[in-house]
Amino acid sequence: MEQILANGVYLGSQYAMIALGLTLIFALMNVLNFAHGQMYVIGGFVTYTFYGQWGVPFVLALVMSCVTLAILGALIEKFLFAPVIKGSAREESTMLLAAGIAFFLDAVILLVFGEKQRGVPKIVDGVFNWDFRIIMPYDRILICLLAILSIVAFIGLMQYTKTGRALRALAQDRTAAQLMGVNVDRYSMIGFALGAMLAGLVGGLLVTITGVNLGMGGPTSIKAFMMVMIGGAGVISGAIWGGIILGFMEAIGLALLYQYGDITYLLIFVSLMIFLAIRPQGLMGKPWG
Amino acid sequence: MFGFSSKQLIGVGLFLFAIFIGVPLVIGATGRWDFYFTLTSVALLAIASAGVWLTFYIGRINIGQGAFALIGAYVSAILVVKAGWSFWISLPAAGLFAAVVAVLIGLPILRLRGVYFAMITLVLTQVVTLTALALPVTNGAKGISNIPLPSGISVFGIPILPDFAAMENTKLAFYYTACIIMILTYAALYRLVNSRLGHLCRSMQQNEELASSIGVNIAYIRIVIFAISSFFGGLGGAMFGSIAQSVYPSSFQVADSVNFMLNCFLGGLGYVFGPMLGTLVLYFGWDLLFEFGKYQMLIYSTILIVIIRFLPNGLLSIRFGKGGDK
Repeated sequence: MEQILANGVYLGSQYAMIALGLTLIFALMNVLNFAHGQMYVIGGFVTYTFYGQWGVPFVLALVMSCVTLAILGALIEKFLFAPVIKGSAREESTMLLAAGIAFFLDAVILLVFGEKQRGVPKIVDGVFNWDFRIIMPYDRILICLLAILSIVAFIGLMQYTKTGRALRALAQDRTAAQLMGVNVDRYSMIGFALGAMLAGLVGGLLVTITGVNLGMGGPTSIKAFMMVMIGGAGVISGAIWGGIILGFMEAIGLALLYQYGDITYLLIFVSLMIFLAIRPQGLMGKPWG
Repeated sequence: MFGFSSKQLIGVGLFLFAIFIGVPLVIGATGRWDFYFTLTSVALLAIASAGVWLTFYIGRINIGQGAFALIGAYVSAILVVKAGWSFWISLPAAGLFAAVVAVLIGLPILRLRGVYFAMITLVLTQVVTLTALALPVTNGAKGISNIPLPSGISVFGIPILPDFAAMENTKLAFYYTACIIMILTYAALYRLVNSRLGHLCRSMQQNEELASSIGVNIAYIRIVIFAISSFFGGLGGAMFGSIAQSVYPSSFQVADSVNFMLNCFLGGLGYVFGPMLGTLVLYFGWDLLFEFGKYQMLIYSTILIVIIRFLPNGLLSIRFGKGGDK
């Protein structure tokens, strides 16, 4: 049981980070970012290149992942999303753009990094063993702690800095924020860059454990959508709860039902649909977000 | 005639001429027989996309058409292989079954709106794929293969539909069948959009509360529309299974559901024939770019991004300008 809980915390902290970036972008621009999973994969590959291939210290490689994705996110927002949002009759057109970007990033990943599964050397060796009740490699514990630390840092940024305040204002009411003197265009770009950066950071963290490959993008996006739905779209605390809940459900389901294969996911999906039918806005979302 | 302008009639006439006579002539002249399969696929995907377009018409983003296409494909395959039905009866049965499932699922989930509905339909595709893997009747990951070709139908000894298995050129037969079903689908869609129900749908697309407050039974209409939409999905899926002669849980996945939605977006959400054009451009374009090998995806996605960047309201918006026709 302790082992299952520990796995749940570990999965949940990673998932929460992925969901945070997605929900941030959604809250700011009402864009369902289909390319989120691909951004995560790129983050993983950047860390792999710097840390695994060129021997740069891990922390520096992580920073490189963040910087790359932040720049990429900012460019995508400025030159693609912003003009399309301005020019389209229906907001949903951005979904086509997001899907196009997802295809594009997939193609770029395929050309630059190839389709092989890539892994990097462990950052810390050894396994934590508590009486055979909890067995967990040290690197997983470290990554889990780093993930929790980044989530705390992100919340701090959103709550206590001027940028964070502007972003929250933007998420609440775009027009009102503009009238209060928030530079909407600039902060949309910063917000998108921040969301993409979070995806890159998780990618960089997880490459040390699960490795990274081209096919991970799509499934990651779907999982992130689910977490956002559980918690409520566009709500930051909701994304964290969604991540933790999905992490625990997976950990428990895989432990109890491992002999039935994919039944765990079927159960998770079905219970999610029932949950949403009863509470459409998720745990903490505004109705009809 | 029937309230159509002569311009419209000429347009429809040219279109019918092109797909029934023009295309076979061109393919015969160039010898690209593989295009039959591509164009048949386009026609079938366009049927399913028409359903997605219809849900857009009541203001819902539907990323779950892959689920209904998969349901349709399985129902038809099981009826033909295990129950020994004729394919031509299993085809509407598959559509109806998909529609019934849509009503049952739609009752709770159609209350959702915006991204919530979009994401739950996305999850629905996963649910159906995983269910197909888990159920015994669908044969799990092995799927159902060796589905016989559609048999002939005759009434009182007069053959109405020929036996596909006895035919030399099944490609051409499937092409015509798919095109006829596609034309019927779009005719039905056009009729529906220009009917009283279509007006009610437009009122819902703009503002559901307002529509409801002036007496539109929105709960009823959205179920009906979702059922029709899924009927198209089931129809397209069943036909696809019959052409491929096999169905697997991976026949229709999340990516397919997303593609159905993209077809509608690309063609333009404001135009009945938008999804048809969108499907043609997306699917045929992908096929044509095959010659670029490993750069296929890169070029394809770049074109997609450029189109949406400069024509955010869909391809058909060039012709009609802003606002435009429906």
